[in-house]
Amino acid sequence: MNKKQKKILIRIIISAALLIILHFIPVSGIPRFLLYLIPYGVIGYDILKKAWKGILNRQVFDENFLMAVATLGALALGLLKTGDYEEAVAVMLFYQIGELFQSYAVGKSRRNISELMDIRPDYANIEDADGNLTRVDPDEVAIGTVIVINPGEKVPLDGIVENGKSSLNTSALTGESVPRDVGPGDEIFSGCINMNSVLRIRTTKEFGESTVSKVLDLVENASSRKSKSENFISRFARWYTPAVVCCALALALLPPLVRLLMSLPPEWGEWIYRALTFLVISCPCALVISIPLTFFAGIGGAGKEGILVKGSNYLEALSKTGTVVFDKTGTLTMGVFDVVDVHHSSLDRQALLEYAALAECASSHPIGMSIKKAWGKPLDMSRVGKVEEIGGNGVVVEIDGRQVAAGNSRLMRSLSVEPIECRTAGTIVHMAINGEYAGHFVIADVVKPDAKEAIAALKRSGVRRTVMLTGDGKAVAEQVAAELGIDQVWSNLLPGDKVTKVEELLAEKPEKEMLAFVGDGINDAPVLGRADLGIAMGAMGSDAAIEAADVVLMDDNPLKISKSIRIARKCMRIVYQNIILALCVKAVCLVLGALGIANMWLAVFADVGVMIIAVLNAIRALFVSKL
Amino acid sequence: MKKTYKIEVDCANCANKMEDAAKKVPGVADVTVNFMTQKMIVDFSEGADPASTMKQVVSACKKVEDDCEIYL
Repeated sequence: MNKKQKKILIRIIISAALLIILHFIPVSGIPRFLLYLIPYGVIGYDILKKAWKGILNRQVFDENFLMAVATLGALALGLLKTGDYEEAVAVMLFYQIGELFQSYAVGKSRRNISELMDIRPDYANIEDADGNLTRVDPDEVAIGTVIVINPGEKVPLDGIVENGKSSLNTSALTGESVPRDVGPGDEIFSGCINMNSVLRIRTTKEFGESTVSKVLDLVENASSRKSKSENFISRFARWYTPAVVCCALALALLPPLVRLLMSLPPEWGEWIYRALTFLVISCPCALVISIPLTFFAGIGGAGKEGILVKGSNYLEALSKTGTVVFDKTGTLTMGVFDVVDVHHSSLDRQALLEYAALAECASSHPIGMSIKKAWGKPLDMSRVGKVEEIGGNGVVVEIDGRQVAAGNSRLMRSLSVEPIECRTAGTIVHMAINGEYAGHFVIADVVKPDAKEAIAALKRSGVRRTVMLTGDGKAVAEQVAAELGIDQVWSNLLPGDKVTKVEELLAEKPEKEMLAFVGDGINDAPVLGRADLGIAMGAMGSDAAIEAADVVLMDDNPLKISKSIRIARKCMRIVYQNIILALCVKAVCLVLGALGIANMWLAVFADVGVMIIAVLNAIRALFVSKL
Repeated sequence: MKKTYKIEVDCANCANKMEDAAKKVPGVADVTVNFMTQKMIVDFSEGADPASTMKQVVSACKKVEDDCEIYL
């Protein structure tokens, strides 16, 4: 609790104690009134002061004014008629308790959420010539400086490992609990935690440009982009309070006047009391506080899972997602080529693979690289003799004195070998040894292990339509789509075509449904911008993706897409619950107040109690790890 | 030109009122008050002097919410 809050707490205790003591002191008349003014003054002096200032500044409809009028009115009624002053003091007391709770709860959850995202490094270690470490502010470290990161420390700046091998805990950035192993030459990102041994890295970015700063900036500014429901509430608050005050005025004046006309006793006291109850109910605080708090908690909770949502409006859009369009490479597939199968091999598979790897030993082509990677062992280059590359078709190489050919079917035919065509989609590398067909490799972009589950999860969370766009050939695209259970697929698209396709899909979908585009953020920035909602995956360290997307998934696990939709849905559910709760309770209390059934105690509950419930409900949005 | 200021305000509705009041100050193109992070993001219109404009913003905000603080 801060100083302000402690002061209010002391005032609440004193005035509550006085109220209880006065309850048992048998005085009446003016002395009783004066005695009750003491606790009233203790608890309410600042409200009265603020109300007075508000009147001077022509801000009549603020809650201080309303509370002041309501309680002073109740005191006056007590003095003139009922002799009951307890109610006025109690209403003020409860109002202050509510305000205290609100400021405490909101402050606490604000700190909690900020701590969730507390990835800001405090210092960087710089080593001098003698090997002594000095701690400096990360802001002061220039690009190209070598910094030392001890085990257990946060990586303060983005950089490239100079020496040392270690594992990094990336969970603060990605929500991913499996550590990442790094060694010399690897790029590492600020915000990760070095787990087991000392690393020396050469920085590649200034602190302001580093991953951690970008992420923090994004999260901090996220709640500044307000959602439709937030705007609705602030517009609502603007007319709600004046409207209720006018009703209160009408309630105080009209019925007694009507009664006078009908020559009945006017009952001024009763109607003024009802009007004052109205004033207590009229504060829109429960609504105004709980909606942004819910969004803030939702964004914080998602951030902890490695899902960065750039604004409340995007969280709202995410909850309405009906169509998800995927870019294939890098989102559903790994984006790296792998040998997925060997067919019709006349030799042992491993032996054929070794020949292929030797044949491709000089190659830097992605296909050649994938074969070498599949072999995975060191190559004995002395076995390789003459290498002849046959432009675009493959290679013919002498290995152990035998002629080995690796390439497409055209290469095979040119060597008068009849290749066996493959029915599997992908890139095919045929092999021939000494002019005899030796089988072929199927090389394809590998589907991510979670991709199928991710599509199923999207369907379960209410996404109607899944679409895949790719620049790959039709056969590959359709095979992947069928394997993953994707509804529609378009292949052979150039980057520009993807924008056109997304525009077509945007035109087809119902107005209220949102279309999300998921890409890796590298070459699909225009599409990310065009969709209702751009989601970039595997964005850790990619500035372009963080810039272009509305929702950024820090790691490249496609399951996070459906998770982010579920988080958004939960958040919006809480928002609607709070709106409905607050409006209904207030409406019921207003009606009861007008009928004279509700007293000020109930009115204070309608104001303060509802706010407390709404704030507690809002904080639920933070708990998303089990969704 | 956009600038971010740290603020202190107790209630969310007051933050809304500050936002409305600050928007009406000449030289201010747009304002977002973020109650959760206690920040005010002011977008100045072209040619406006931030220092003098902010003085007016502060007094406009003090008028609607006496209990607020803007750290310039």
